[in-house]
Amino acid sequence: MTAKVSYGSVEVGTELPAQSFPVTRATLVQYAGASGDFNPIHWNEKFALEVGLPDVIAHGMFTMAEAIRVVTDWAGDPGAVIDYGVRFTKPVVVPNDDKGALIEVSGKVAAKLEDNLVRVDLVAMCDGKKVLGMSRAVVRLA
Amino acid sequence: MALDQSFVGRTYPPTPAYEVGREKIREFAEAVGDSHPAYVDVEAARALGHPDVIAPPTFVFSITYRAAGEVVQDPQLGLDYSRVVHGDQKFSYVRPVRAGDRLTVTSTIEAIKSLAGNDIVDIRGDVHDEAGELVVTALTKLVARAAEEA
Repeated sequence: MTAKVSYGSVEVGTELPAQSFPVTRATLVQYAGASGDFNPIHWNEKFALEVGLPDVIAHGMFTMAEAIRVVTDWAGDPGAVIDYGVRFTKPVVVPNDDKGALIEVSGKVAAKLEDNLVRVDLVAMCDGKKVLGMSRAVVRLA
Repeated sequence: MALDQSFVGRTYPPTPAYEVGREKIREFAEAVGDSHPAYVDVEAARALGHPDVIAPPTFVFSITYRAAGEVVQDPQLGLDYSRVVHGDQKFSYVRPVRAGDRLTVTSTIEAIKSLAGNDIVDIRGDVHDEAGELVVTALTKLVARAAEEA
C-alpha cells in the first residue's frame, strides 16, 4: 500500500477534490454487464414504472463505486482503502436522454485515527438530493 | 410475516471458488469509468506494492451478492425476494482483491429485524483466498418492503 498523501499533511476538515460522475442509460447497461446485476429496474423503464419507481434508476452499487473514486484518486493507491460503507437513501433517477443524471461527490477528513488511518466522510448528491447516507471510508495514508 | 429469529447466526457453506481475472477487472473498471492504472497495468500495480492488478473496492460485491442471494432465497427463511431492496453496504478489507485470486464466500445471517412491516436481514460475507486467508468482509443489509394491503 503506497498512498501518495501523508498522514501528517491532513487535518480534520481537509477537503478532498470533489468530482462529478455522469450516468446515462448506456452507463447502466454497461455496469449491468460488468457486475452481473441485471435487475430490470436498471434498464427497463416499463418495469421500473410498474414497481412504483419514477423511472429507471442507477444501481446503488454503481453510485457506491463512483463515490469511492474521490478517495482512491486522492489517496493514489486504491489498496489504501481499509473500510468503506454506505446507506442507500435515495435512488439516482436516470432519464432516457443523452444527458442522463449527474452524481456529485465531495469528501472531507472527518477523523484522524491511529496507524496513519483517517476517516473520510463522503457526500453524494444527485438532482439536489443526498443519494448516499453514512458514506464513510477509512484510508491508510503514508 | 415476521421472519424466524432462529436463522440468526446461521452460516451457509462456502461458495465454489471464483477466479478473479485481469480482463474482468478491466471490464468492471471501464464500466465505472475508473481509469486508475492499478486496475489495468500490472507494472503500475506492482509499483504500489501489489503482486498483480487489483480490483476496484466494490468489485467483490458481484461475488458476495450472489452468495447472499442463495441465503435470502432459502425457502425456509421465507423472505419475499421480489420485494428486496439494498439498504446498506459495507466492506472491511484485509487487502485488495487482485487478479489470480480464487475466492470463496461464506455467508452468515447476522441479524433479522422487523420494522414497520419491513423485514430486514443483515448478511455477512467472509471472502477467503485459496490459502484460506480472509481478504474482505462484506456486510449487506437487505430490506424486504412490506407487502401492500390487498
